[in-house]
Amino acid sequence: MSDESHEGVHRHPAPTGFIRKYIFSLDHKVIGIQYIILALAAVAVGMTMSLLMRLKLSWPDHSFGLLGTLFKAGAPGGVMNPEFYLSLVTMHGTIMVFFVLTTAPQGGFGNYFLPIQIGAEDMAFPTLNMMSFWVTFVGFVVILAAIFFSGAESTIGPIGGWTGYAPLSALGAIAGPGQGMGMNLWIISIAIFCVGSLLGALNFITTLLNMRTKGMTLMRMPLTCWAWFTTAVLALLSFPVLLGGGILLLLDRLAGTSFFIPGGLYVSGILSGTNPNFPLHTGGSPILWQHLFWFFGHPEVYIAILPGMGATSHILATFARKPVFGYRAMVFAIFAIGLLGFFVWGHHMFISGMSPYSAIAFSVLTLSIGVPSAVKTFNWIGTLWGGRIRFTTAMLFALGFVSLFVSGGITGLILGQSSLDLAMHDTYIVPAHFHLVMGVASIFGMFAAIYFWFPKMFGRYMDERMGKFHFWVTFVGVYCIFVPMHVMGLVGMPRRYSQFTEYGFLDKLHPLVLFVSISAIITITVQLVFYFNLVWSLFKGAKAPDNAWEATTLEWSTSTPPPHDNFAGVLPTVYHGPYEFAVPGAPNDFVMQTDAGVEVSSNGHNGHH
Amino acid sequence: MVTTKPVVKSGTGGKAPGPNGNGSKRRNGHEFLQPDPHANRYRIGMWVALASIGMLFTALSSAYVVRAGAGGDWVDIRMPRVLLLSTALILLSSVTIEVSKRNLKASSLDGHSRWLLLTMLLGLAFLGSQLLAWKQLARQGVYLASNPHSSFFYLLTATHAFHLGGGLLGLIFVWTRSRFSHAVTVSPRRQAATDAVAIYWHFMDALWIYLFLLLFLWR
Amino acid sequence: MGRVLAVIIWIITALSVLLFVSKKWWFPAAISEHGPALDRQFFITILVVGIAFTLAQVGLGWMVWKYRDTGKSGDRGIYTHGSNRLEVLWTVITAVVFITLGIMGQSVWAQLRLNDAPAGAYSVEVVAQQFAWNFHYPGKDNVFGHTDPKLIDDSSLNFIGLDPGDPNAKDDSVTAALVVPVNRPVELRLRSKDVIHSFWVPPLRFKQDLVPGMEIKVHFTPTKVGKYELACAELCGQQHYKMKSYMLVLPDEELNALRVLPQEQFQTQLAQLLAKYPTVID
Repeated sequence: MSDESHEGVHRHPAPTGFIRKYIFSLDHKVIGIQYIILALAAVAVGMTMSLLMRLKLSWPDHSFGLLGTLFKAGAPGGVMNPEFYLSLVTMHGTIMVFFVLTTAPQGGFGNYFLPIQIGAEDMAFPTLNMMSFWVTFVGFVVILAAIFFSGAESTIGPIGGWTGYAPLSALGAIAGPGQGMGMNLWIISIAIFCVGSLLGALNFITTLLNMRTKGMTLMRMPLTCWAWFTTAVLALLSFPVLLGGGILLLLDRLAGTSFFIPGGLYVSGILSGTNPNFPLHTGGSPILWQHLFWFFGHPEVYIAILPGMGATSHILATFARKPVFGYRAMVFAIFAIGLLGFFVWGHHMFISGMSPYSAIAFSVLTLSIGVPSAVKTFNWIGTLWGGRIRFTTAMLFALGFVSLFVSGGITGLILGQSSLDLAMHDTYIVPAHFHLVMGVASIFGMFAAIYFWFPKMFGRYMDERMGKFHFWVTFVGVYCIFVPMHVMGLVGMPRRYSQFTEYGFLDKLHPLVLFVSISAIITITVQLVFYFNLVWSLFKGAKAPDNAWEATTLEWSTSTPPPHDNFAGVLPTVYHGPYEFAVPGAPNDFVMQTDAGVEVSSNGHNGHH
Repeated sequence: MVTTKPVVKSGTGGKAPGPNGNGSKRRNGHEFLQPDPHANRYRIGMWVALASIGMLFTALSSAYVVRAGAGGDWVDIRMPRVLLLSTALILLSSVTIEVSKRNLKASSLDGHSRWLLLTMLLGLAFLGSQLLAWKQLARQGVYLASNPHSSFFYLLTATHAFHLGGGLLGLIFVWTRSRFSHAVTVSPRRQAATDAVAIYWHFMDALWIYLFLLLFLWR
Repeated sequence: MGRVLAVIIWIITALSVLLFVSKKWWFPAAISEHGPALDRQFFITILVVGIAFTLAQVGLGWMVWKYRDTGKSGDRGIYTHGSNRLEVLWTVITAVVFITLGIMGQSVWAQLRLNDAPAGAYSVEVVAQQFAWNFHYPGKDNVFGHTDPKLIDDSSLNFIGLDPGDPNAKDDSVTAALVVPVNRPVELRLRSKDVIHSFWVPPLRFKQDLVPGMEIKVHFTPTKVGKYELACAELCGQQHYKMKSYMLVLPDEELNALRVLPQEQFQTQLAQLLAKYPTVID
């Protein structure tokens, strides 16, 4: 079998040593799993932080003994102080956005399934792929270090929110707690993360353009691949901007430059330039940071959710036993969302002091991004229409994604209007909106993905009873958490307050705050069932066949789990579009992409002849 | 009307894909010299990488433009003369790498590696010349934090130099391969890798010209 | 399973709509001239949002209710790849609705932000600093005295660096609460001494960041006398949650009497007025 003439596709032989096989692996599948494990660890940290935040918001003066022991500076005597709360806000946001919502959907599932779904033996640059994971991992270590190595303020991380607005983030320790070494590490971690993501994006794009197998035309690709591809393009073009901004911010902090720090600042009783702790700054522009940040930050929202959309389309078709409705429109919609996503960043800055004329352009463009989002929703519902829906846990989460995407996305119509933003900006309706759509909906996409692909990855099904319990509580739970936050925003409750004890107009919201906290505690606790299910099913789950769900795409035509080179030396040839379910006259209700024996007239195009 | 009547023929004895479907070959040993059906990925990957690097410099230049209009504290620094030498050196290196690439295409391997070496030396000379420019400025008392123009000057030249350093590593990689390989023919993979490095090098050249114009002729 | 999911989706939808319709937790009553127009725009928007939300959720529920797999063998779904006509239809409809909404939403914005404050507006300079507000009134001469960060001196309570040598500064007052006239345009000149803060009075339906290094001029017209809570809406550090002040809206004549007083009397008088008026929180 090893002679040179044998036809095969080994770009690198399967490694044998433990380190090359599981740690510094070049195999995109192992790297994908590494990303998923990283995201699972990060999401546990991020969730714990939101739990602590809810405790503080609902019981601001209560003493939690354990916290007092763990965080001497942050929770003296067990009572969390404001700076501890704000550092939780910052770290929760940063960890969730970067190390969960960017790593799991793209680095994790994308890495594992993109090469298989296009019929490639691996990524285009396996070494680069390995580097992108380990660089990201270092970024995660650094962000954790930011919590614990903040100098004198040990156990209080950086304070700035995930947006790190200058000049608060640029001034250094003089600006108060959470502005010292922790903030430097926060910036460095994000810069490292940018590099890791860029390496990944480069790999995704090249792989998709260059490594598709015979017959895998662009319009025969699963929608997951389109989503990962668009996400990679967004990452490729937006992360460099954040990296550039991060470098400027770090220079302002460490080298005394004035990119973002204006002149004449008077901070903590000291005038700029009159004290060695506060060097002279002149002329910098705080709004410049916001432009750089949001030029990245808005596409980042789509980086988080597009893969979830792809997975949802994929899974809806599979379990509705129907082709995706409007495949072509779905592809255009993904592109339209990605493209428009680069021209709407200003809607985060309506009241920042930027030109009120540009606000109008940003506002109208923002509302128009609702159009492709609505098109996707209509097509998902169209996919279900006339189907034969199988309610697996994966399907439930995909349906949950659609519901949450609608609920979270639609309030963008409110927040995208500059006038309404005068009342809405920085109130609780903003976190309500983006948590539902970019946070929870994306996470539901990932839950759907893990329940769906677990049997392919590990050869065993995840337990459906635990899975369904997990779904029901989580689905109802997240609505209980985030819907009330909308009306808190209408009342005017500001974000990023460590407690709501100082304002009379907030008093009437206390019952809602408590309700949200209790819902959050329950929902977060139930996630333990998911973690348990993951581990339990790895060893005890029901054995899965190669095509675990009677699905059509290439990952289901190879063995389970896929061999080192994905297709055991013989790359598949593709004959059909990705979602040929319910083909009349075909022997089964699904026609696999590799089924040469069945002829289908409309190859995954809009079949309206 | 949304339904479609498909034409389906079952059991037409579908031709199973030939195992040689996309002409892949198993490669062992001297990977770099073996045929590679996806050799083009080096070129594609390079263009994709350049899009990303381009965005980094776009971001920094728009920051430059915004910052120049923001505070009243902008002081134009005088252009260090040695930058003209830098510019000449890097332009010349673009020519030499092109010659080296043509040599490879013509399978003139000796010429290829010799011109590569020359390109590397020119690249190093460029970096040295940039360092001299920094020294000249420092002698005038113009440092990173002196004023926004100097901040951007140091930042942009350093970022460019860092990326050029990456290009040098690429050159070293291609050069060592050419020095220590005993192959007589040039594999498409090697051709593609060399092309990719050359594309990068030209981009660094063009980027420098752009930065030079932005820093000293804009406004 | 499909039916359970459908019912749960419908219940969530109904409860969510109810939460909004009941208005148990809602905006405080508007106290600015642009407030009612903004509320109207919000009402139109929430109507569109509510209808779209309900239709989408009910539709989704209906699909999972109706098209569940019955397990009959040989029973297959409808084989279709979509319909271009439907795609065009719903793209055009949503585009028209959303973009119309977006353009309508600009009128309040344009009225407030594309125009300068009308002549004769009442001007106050607002200088924010970490966890406190300073309001600077020009006094009798209606001219703001010169300020300079170098002159800031916390020990002598000169928080905004007012220049004592400037004759225009002689009659100026600086207070920790904002007092403005009713039914008269108010212009705020917003500055910050350190980091970004944001001026936020919920019943005013108005918010604007205060950015260090910039002076941002905004204007609005309060329409109701009363004392309202003023909050900071941009994360500014540790005590962001209690960077609180009040905005006192007074009848014109009462304010005119107040604003010509010398600084110390201005402050005592204002303190008495603040104690007199109850805080409006609904």
